[in-house]
Amino acid sequence: MTEPSQKEKLRGAEIFVRALKDEGVEHVFGYPGGAVLHIYDELFKQDAVEHILVRHEQGATHAADGYARATGKPGVVLVTSGPGVTNTVTGIATAYMDSIPLVVFSGQVPTALIGNDAFQEVDAIGITRPCVKHNFLVRDVKDLASTIKKAFHVAMSGRPGPVLVDIPKDVTADVCEYDYPESIELRSYKPVTRGHPGQIRKAADLILAAKKPMIYAGGGVILSNAHQELTEMTQRLGYPITNTLMGLGAYPATDKQFVGMLGMHGTYEANMAMHHCDVLVAIGARFDDRVTGDLEKFCPEAKIVHIDIDPASISKNVPVDVPIVGDVKSVLGDLTELLKEDARQPDAAALADWWQQIADWQKLDCLRYNRNSDIIKPQYVVEKLWEVTGGDAYVTSDVGQHQMWAAQYYKFDKPRRWINSGGLGTMGFGVPAAMGVKLAFRDEEVVCISGEASLVMCLQELSTCLQYDLPIKIVSLNNRYMGMVRQWQEFFYAGRYSHSYMDAIPDFVKLAEAYGHVGMRIEKSVDVETSLKEALAMKDRLVLMDFITDQTENVYPMIAAGKGQNEMHLSPEQSSTDRELA
Amino acid sequence: MRHILSLLLENEAGALSRVSGLFSARAFNIESLTVAPTEDPSISRMTLVTGGSEEVMEQIIKQINKLVDVIKVVDLSEARHIERELMLIKTQAKGAAREEVKRLVDIFRGRIIDVTENSYTIELTGPGDKLNAFLEALDRRMILEVVRSGVSGIARGDRAIGI
Ligand SMILES: Cc1cc2nc3c(=O)[nH]c(=O)nc-3n(C[C@H](O)[C@H](O)[C@H](O)COP(=O)(O)OP(=O)(O)OC[C@H]3O[C@@H](n4cnc5c(N)ncnc54)[C@H](O)[C@@H]3O)c2cc1C
Ligand SMILES: Cc1ncc(C[n+]2csc(CCOP(=O)(O)OP(=O)(O)O)c2C)c(N)n1
Ligand SMILES: [Mg+2]
Repeated sequence: MTEPSQKEKLRGAEIFVRALKDEGVEHVFGYPGGAVLHIYDELFKQDAVEHILVRHEQGATHAADGYARATGKPGVVLVTSGPGVTNTVTGIATAYMDSIPLVVFSGQVPTALIGNDAFQEVDAIGITRPCVKHNFLVRDVKDLASTIKKAFHVAMSGRPGPVLVDIPKDVTADVCEYDYPESIELRSYKPVTRGHPGQIRKAADLILAAKKPMIYAGGGVILSNAHQELTEMTQRLGYPITNTLMGLGAYPATDKQFVGMLGMHGTYEANMAMHHCDVLVAIGARFDDRVTGDLEKFCPEAKIVHIDIDPASISKNVPVDVPIVGDVKSVLGDLTELLKEDARQPDAAALADWWQQIADWQKLDCLRYNRNSDIIKPQYVVEKLWEVTGGDAYVTSDVGQHQMWAAQYYKFDKPRRWINSGGLGTMGFGVPAAMGVKLAFRDEEVVCISGEASLVMCLQELSTCLQYDLPIKIVSLNNRYMGMVRQWQEFFYAGRYSHSYMDAIPDFVKLAEAYGHVGMRIEKSVDVETSLKEALAMKDRLVLMDFITDQTENVYPMIAAGKGQNEMHLSPEQSSTDRELA
Repeated sequence: MRHILSLLLENEAGALSRVSGLFSARAFNIESLTVAPTEDPSISRMTLVTGGSEEVMEQIIKQINKLVDVIKVVDLSEARHIERELMLIKTQAKGAAREEVKRLVDIFRGRIIDVTENSYTIELTGPGDKLNAFLEALDRRMILEVVRSGVSGIARGDRAIGI
């Protein structure tokens, strides 16, 4: 006779913590409150899962998000009901737009009180529904462990995204047997990963027949950890490649085949090559309106191949000729195998002409700016930062002009080093995201490039950085303006600078000091490099460098919203050549 | 173009709002929507009538498929199918009109399922245009109440939607 297997009986809160441990979660970003106190009590009793106490729940979600982007692991958040969970909504939406895997656990009022307008009750499931990949309400402790497993599975697989699990307080007190499933199957959710061989064959035919090819790779390559496959295929073909804002680092930026970022603030050569190409290979990119501009004028001559794991991304904005649904890594692997076996080679003569054409566009030197200015040029700061960090730092950013300069002038050679909010464009993202990255990679340089307006949106996390010894570096490009807004007002509202200037900007040096960190103010170009070196040398201190930059600087090139890819504003440096070179 | 979609989804709290929320968030239109559990109580079947250009329909179907609770989506209008809708109508039924209404119900193969001295309650099933035709045939002033179920659909022949 065999004994019936005895499984441990645990309280919901214990099950929660055990499940995180069994899932391999090492860090949770959170903030306590009534509905999650049983869970906090269990966290107190163990040390397998480290809890990072943030200063605002928005900070928790961005920190977990930065952690996820840098490591490829899911970011985990724990907050209380009501205001705790409403404070996470911006962070969840930020992760959703950029397809970042987060698992957010929110406390909920006891099941018997749900719907009663109980203290700190909100409909967390309803509020977050439009900005999560999926969410779950756990009504019974028996479902807790399996729901946690499902949450991680859904967040990480297919097109990743945030998942919220709402846990009523009584569920964390109830007792049942603990059993964490090894793996889980959902009959209603089965993302496709292998690309269709026939489609891949058609793609190979089109790619090899191209005379003016262009590769357009995005965030999906990074999410899929497919940078090596992308690099191998691109170099085998010898074709020009551009990355989206989210794709920077998917292909080495210093390589000669890389023509820079494309889109609204992309390089002249990248946008012109897009406009004139005859075959476009879109890989893990979603044809965002910041990339396409006017859809009527987008890539008018191109046949398009599109590789994406989400069928809904394909032919959403731009109809494509060869759709391939699948994981970039697997599809590029298969595609490269086909290309290797194929006796046909790319048309060398046509390709040489095409590169000549691109070289002509590159001669414009569209990212040129005045490097001899006394007033600090923001581009100069980023360029110097790239130099002094050897191009090897993890760089997070906030949203605005500084974000675009970071993207244009810091040349990312590796994936997961550039961490920014592209889809939602969330000011306040930079500091907590850097904090999350630093927690994952304590020995690496982590720099947040910010603007004085964005910086104050989640500045409270400087306290968290002190508590957990996370010495990030902050580069504030302080132009005393919401520069990106000011730029649009200069271009499109005849210089009526409505509410884009803030009169009372804090003394950031003192502010850094108040939080127990180091502050520096840098006002002259000559001091930029030495200050950066000085700050970076303070390995174990958080340093906030406030660079007082040129107030009137704008981001160029620029394609105004709704214009064609070949209709770029160039900087006044090149204004004599502000034209369509087509 | 009008399309009639059939969905199998997990019979879970919130699954319906995920589908309807998707339509409002993405500015897709819904003409009607009906849902109820199937012979397998863990699965609900939904019939959704919507419309749009070919590109819009492609997005609608892809976006529905993307919902984690949705097991299957089929566009019934792509092949031969049957549509039925149930309508309950309460009408005045006094004097001469009493016979008149009854005759109309018979012509449309409806049934009178409740009667008072002053009113009839009528049950009518059929494709939507048949129900519309019946409503038009009635004197509007006599209608007290109309309840329509929205369209349910099923494929013709041996084709069946299962998991
Ligand atoms: C101020 C500002 C200015 C901006 N200007 C620009 C600009 O000039 N240029 C620019 O490019 N962007 C710009 N953006 C960003 C823009 O809004 C979009 O976020 C960005 O273009 C989207 O990048 P992406 O196409 O790589 O898609 P992502 O959002 O990274 O989406 C990834 C795609 O890959 C797919 N995918 C995910 N995982 C996999 C996998 N494993 N296998 C296959 N596919 C997968 C997804 O389904 C999705 O379709 C700007 C943003 C801001 C805030
Ligand atoms: C939370 C949020 N509110 C508003 C905006 C709109 N917005 C985009 S850029 C910007 C100005 C950012 O100013 P700053 O951080 O100083 O950066 P700069 O453009 O000056 O480099 C604003 C207000 C936003 N992106 N996010
Ligand atoms: Mg600013």
